[in-house]
Amino acid sequence: MSGEKHHIVPYRLYFVVLIALLALTFASVWITSIELRDYTVAAALLFAIVKSYLVLNYFMHLKYDKPYIKIMVGFVFAIFLVMIVITFLDYLYR
Amino acid sequence: MQTTAVNGANYLTYQGKYKGLLGWILSTDHKRIGLLYLYSIATMFTTGVLLGLAMKFELLAPGKTIMEAQTYNSVFTVHGVIMIFMVVVPGLPAVFGNLMLPIMIGARDVAFPKLNLLSWWLYVAGVFLVLAALLFGKGSPDTGWTFYAPYSFKTGTNMLPAIFGAFVLGFSSILTGLNFLVTIHRLRCKGMKWMKLPLFVWTLYGTAWIQLLATPVVGITLVLVALERVFGVGIFDPALGGDPILYQHLFWIYSHPAVYIMILPAMGAISEIIPTFSQKHIFGYKALIASTMAIAFVGYLVWGHHMFTAGMSGTAQYYFSLLTFIVAIPSAIKVFNWISTLYKGSINVQTPFYWAVSFIFVFMIGGLSGLVLGALATDVHVHDTAFVVAHFHYIVFGGTGFAFFAAIHYWFPKIFGRMYDKAWANTGWLVFFVGFLALYTPMFYLGMMGMPRRYYDYLEEFHGGNILSTFGSWVLATGFIIIVVNLVRSARKGAPAEANPWHGKTLEWTVPSPPPVLNFDEEPVLGEKDGPYNYE
Repeated sequence: MSGEKHHIVPYRLYFVVLIALLALTFASVWITSIELRDYTVAAALLFAIVKSYLVLNYFMHLKYDKPYIKIMVGFVFAIFLVMIVITFLDYLYR
Repeated sequence: MQTTAVNGANYLTYQGKYKGLLGWILSTDHKRIGLLYLYSIATMFTTGVLLGLAMKFELLAPGKTIMEAQTYNSVFTVHGVIMIFMVVVPGLPAVFGNLMLPIMIGARDVAFPKLNLLSWWLYVAGVFLVLAALLFGKGSPDTGWTFYAPYSFKTGTNMLPAIFGAFVLGFSSILTGLNFLVTIHRLRCKGMKWMKLPLFVWTLYGTAWIQLLATPVVGITLVLVALERVFGVGIFDPALGGDPILYQHLFWIYSHPAVYIMILPAMGAISEIIPTFSQKHIFGYKALIASTMAIAFVGYLVWGHHMFTAGMSGTAQYYFSLLTFIVAIPSAIKVFNWISTLYKGSINVQTPFYWAVSFIFVFMIGGLSGLVLGALATDVHVHDTAFVVAHFHYIVFGGTGFAFFAAIHYWFPKIFGRMYDKAWANTGWLVFFVGFLALYTPMFYLGMMGMPRRYYDYLEEFHGGNILSTFGSWVLATGFIIIVVNLVRSARKGAPAEANPWHGKTLEWTVPSPPPVLNFDEEPVLGEKDGPYNYE
């Protein structure tokens, strides 16, 4: 473990990501003022996905981690996605 | 693979910064934490057994026998909550995972020892919260351990502390899983490649993933129930536009994988015991690993088979039924591999071996009766009957419970440095096994004939089966007393045990009994030809 290199992220990048997260938060509130009907939830989720991506990659350093860590995180999201899809197999056909 | 003996104190007698009781409840030594879990879980198991005996006594005759219907509702709820959240879910991972995992991979401790201690404290906090629900407020919870909506937010009983207790217990489980995942990834000794890991470690790895990914789902679900109860937010309540079936989806997304949290480490313990007492390389090592991971993965996707009669869509029912049948395949692979390992082995018939083979026997019956429940047509007939209770207890008690007893008899000399009385241990197993069969087998028949579960009364035609079942509960309790008395006495007064009394090949048998504080004098190194089951 001691031989591993630690990637040092410049403060400037953290700051840019922070600004992006704040902007996306305001945007996700703003989008609710537009009548999107069935797509309202989808729009909110879209913003949430982009924000999660930024947090995972930059704040949690996934971007600089080894591939197997990325695969493990990807696997977790795949499981989550499958659970959602299966649950909706009930809702769509009930 | 041999390591030199440590001259220093063993973990049982070691005096660190704190002495006496504080030296235990503030210890970050994985072995001491494992023992803390053992004593806590044994206490809760005994409580659960007493509640179970009370239930069976109530069912000795039709009508009221010793308690009112409402009391019966509370008793089966508390029995379920204790046995699921406090005994079988933490059971093997928290006790034997903590005691053995670091030693089996050649590490000195888990990756996060303080987090490990926090896990135990959270477990204790969760236990006290649930106990508070029993003793204070408006009466014990009476919804069943599943806390089904809408009853869980309509009932006037004391639900919030019980729900919060289950939530805290979930946190304990998540932290243990996280700790084990990192430990297995990062702290393996030199030469301990993935394909040299003992199978118990592999099953802990699969279990840890489930603990980490599935437990938060039930955590947030229970929070939603609490919000529904306090603020009436209308997520599950149909009167407010909510969907009670959504609760069942969310609950079983966790609680079905939780069955695999219970059974996978049990299978891992059996996979250690069978080759040791056959003195033979485990048959199909890679197939057992693949089946472990397959069970862990497919186990995520079958939760809907608990809901076939709940009003779920037909499409979802077909899907869940199909996947339920698929998950039976890796389970069967394990059974075939264990039996193939026994074939032409040098069988050493000792107490852990008795427990292990009886595990295979009852697990087979439990598994095959599960297929009856996984098939859509037959499930409608036996759903919510005593058949389900019999199947579930054959799997969870017969599976996880028997494996737990197998594991404690297997690792007892390593944990305590003393050997138990083998004659009494064998007697305890025999009495327990006979009691188990007499207790649960009649329930298959009763369920097939239509006796519903969770009723304190029944029709006269079910009387015979219930008498036999209640009698079985007394026999089982007698066996349990024999086992506990023998183990407790032997832990204090048993003959000193050798470092490797069963001639095992995994790393824990290379250190003295009981193990030294830091497990190894020097980090062990595995050579190319070393392996966990190299008996040839």
